[in-house]
Amino acid sequence: MIWNEHHECMGRDQLASLQGERLRQMVERIYFNVPFYRNKLQEMGIEPGDIRTVEDLQKLPFTTKQDLRDNYPFGLFAVPQQDIVRFHASSGTTGKSTVVGYTHNDILMWSEVVARSLTMAGVTKHDIIQVAYGYGLFTGGLGLHYGAEKVGASVIPISGGNTKKQLQLLEDFGSTAIACTPSYAAYLGEAIMEEKLDRSKIKLKAGIFGAEPWTEEMRSQIQQLLGIKAYDIYGLSEVIGPGVSMECGFQHGMHVFEDHFIPEIINPETGEVLPYGELGELVFTTVTKEALPLLRYRTRDLTRLHVERCDCGRTMVRMEKCVGRSDDMLIIRGVNVFPSQVESVLLEMSETKPHYLLVVDRHNNLDTLEIQVEVEDQFFSDEVKELEGLRKRISGNLTSILGLHASVRLVEPGTIERSQGKAQRVVDKRKLN
Amino acid sequence: MIIKQLSVFLENRAGRLTELTGILADNDINISAFSIADTTDFGILRVITGKPELAETVLKENGFAVKITDVIGMIMPNKPGSLHKALQILTDNGISIEYMYAFASGDGQATAVIRTDTPQKAIEVLQLHKMELLKAGDVYQV
Repeated sequence: MIWNEHHECMGRDQLASLQGERLRQMVERIYFNVPFYRNKLQEMGIEPGDIRTVEDLQKLPFTTKQDLRDNYPFGLFAVPQQDIVRFHASSGTTGKSTVVGYTHNDILMWSEVVARSLTMAGVTKHDIIQVAYGYGLFTGGLGLHYGAEKVGASVIPISGGNTKKQLQLLEDFGSTAIACTPSYAAYLGEAIMEEKLDRSKIKLKAGIFGAEPWTEEMRSQIQQLLGIKAYDIYGLSEVIGPGVSMECGFQHGMHVFEDHFIPEIINPETGEVLPYGELGELVFTTVTKEALPLLRYRTRDLTRLHVERCDCGRTMVRMEKCVGRSDDMLIIRGVNVFPSQVESVLLEMSETKPHYLLVVDRHNNLDTLEIQVEVEDQFFSDEVKELEGLRKRISGNLTSILGLHASVRLVEPGTIERSQGKAQRVVDKRKLN
Repeated sequence: MIIKQLSVFLENRAGRLTELTGILADNDINISAFSIADTTDFGILRVITGKPELAETVLKENGFAVKITDVIGMIMPNKPGSLHKALQILTDNGISIEYMYAFASGDGQATAVIRTDTPQKAIEVLQLHKMELLKAGDVYQV
């Protein structure tokens, strides 16, 4: 089943001319409405009229997460506030989040690409879908919600967590599809085994999983535990949220909805555009988005694009699962975490020094984050309650900045390796690749 | 009357305490009294040694987080009710104890090491009630 055959199966030439036209309009909009882009284009001697086809994309400047931070919160918006109908935000490196805005049309477009995605997973109006992504500033919950309503499925907006309730509704409502992070899916699968639920009452057939890296081994595990077919969905809030690309039933990579998001693969060192099939950093230009149009946004995700036609009939390029990051960002339970965030929290607290180590692990399929912090001579108290208090303060500060729970372990001074060249700040035991 | 106690941060890690006692032994430092407060992740060793300044220096040189804490030592008869009597005096005078550890020696006496926020005041009230206290001079040989 294809939700929008006209666009998803469009000839490549026809697609290129549609992209070119949309790119031309987009550049015009940002030139006149976003001072940041106007200045950048003027510095490079580019005028809106210079951009006519999709090949002209390479002439345009990149946008980075730092640009979003520098223009926090609304500096890159291309429409006045009265046209914004929704905000979302993701965690940022220095306590400030990356804020994204949506116009009414943006929400419609987002619903459209999520509807396409859900259709790829076989979800129709005959399905009951449990949306177990978090609802709130995170784009996962509401993104899936609107797309699922668009296909006409019956949506259970249960949000994340509350495993007992999730299981109860799986049984009682007979949910046929579920959307959540892959680690939570595996966790639910194990909970079903432990609770010895009556498998015949569980009607699940498809799962739409994303927002964090996962492996083929996890896919088989989830498929087996839940008795479903597991689909990979990709997205990032800066581009729109979930629904930037999605796997079809053939599972040969995720189809990028190129009529809205033009992907490129670049060499992360030089910025040079690489041909299809080569590994590099994924870059997106959002040609239809109104509130926050981004020119060549560098995702920092490393992957490849394939243009060969898929057996499903869709012509949209397919991207492989991301194989890593071109920066040091970690994705833990769907939340973006930078080691530098931890450093800034420790530096701000007068009681600690920035000698720390992040230990990421996965227990019972849930990611855990432990931060080891050295106890300094001058802050060492010989009373347990003082040290416990310090530990809790560090943990509380980190949790509020990172947006996920971080447990803190106090370690002896000098036990964390000092930086010699590139500091070893992270131990990731999750074995994803 | 104030006694210098060494407090040392210890990770819960096999062999760590043995390393510490080894360092003290190598430097010919005697341990007079000793207790460990433990939590899931770490412990705090509290120890009264001979030559506390030297002990602090050598432990710091070996990478331990060390702190000198003022405590008081109280000598009581090793008999029922004597600890209670001493604690009652402290309670009546509004002195709260952060932690303490105690041990009995063979000569019919018991010693309690007490940590409070107000050691000087504790010393005054205990002396007022004729309680015997350890002196800094001989304490390191308890």
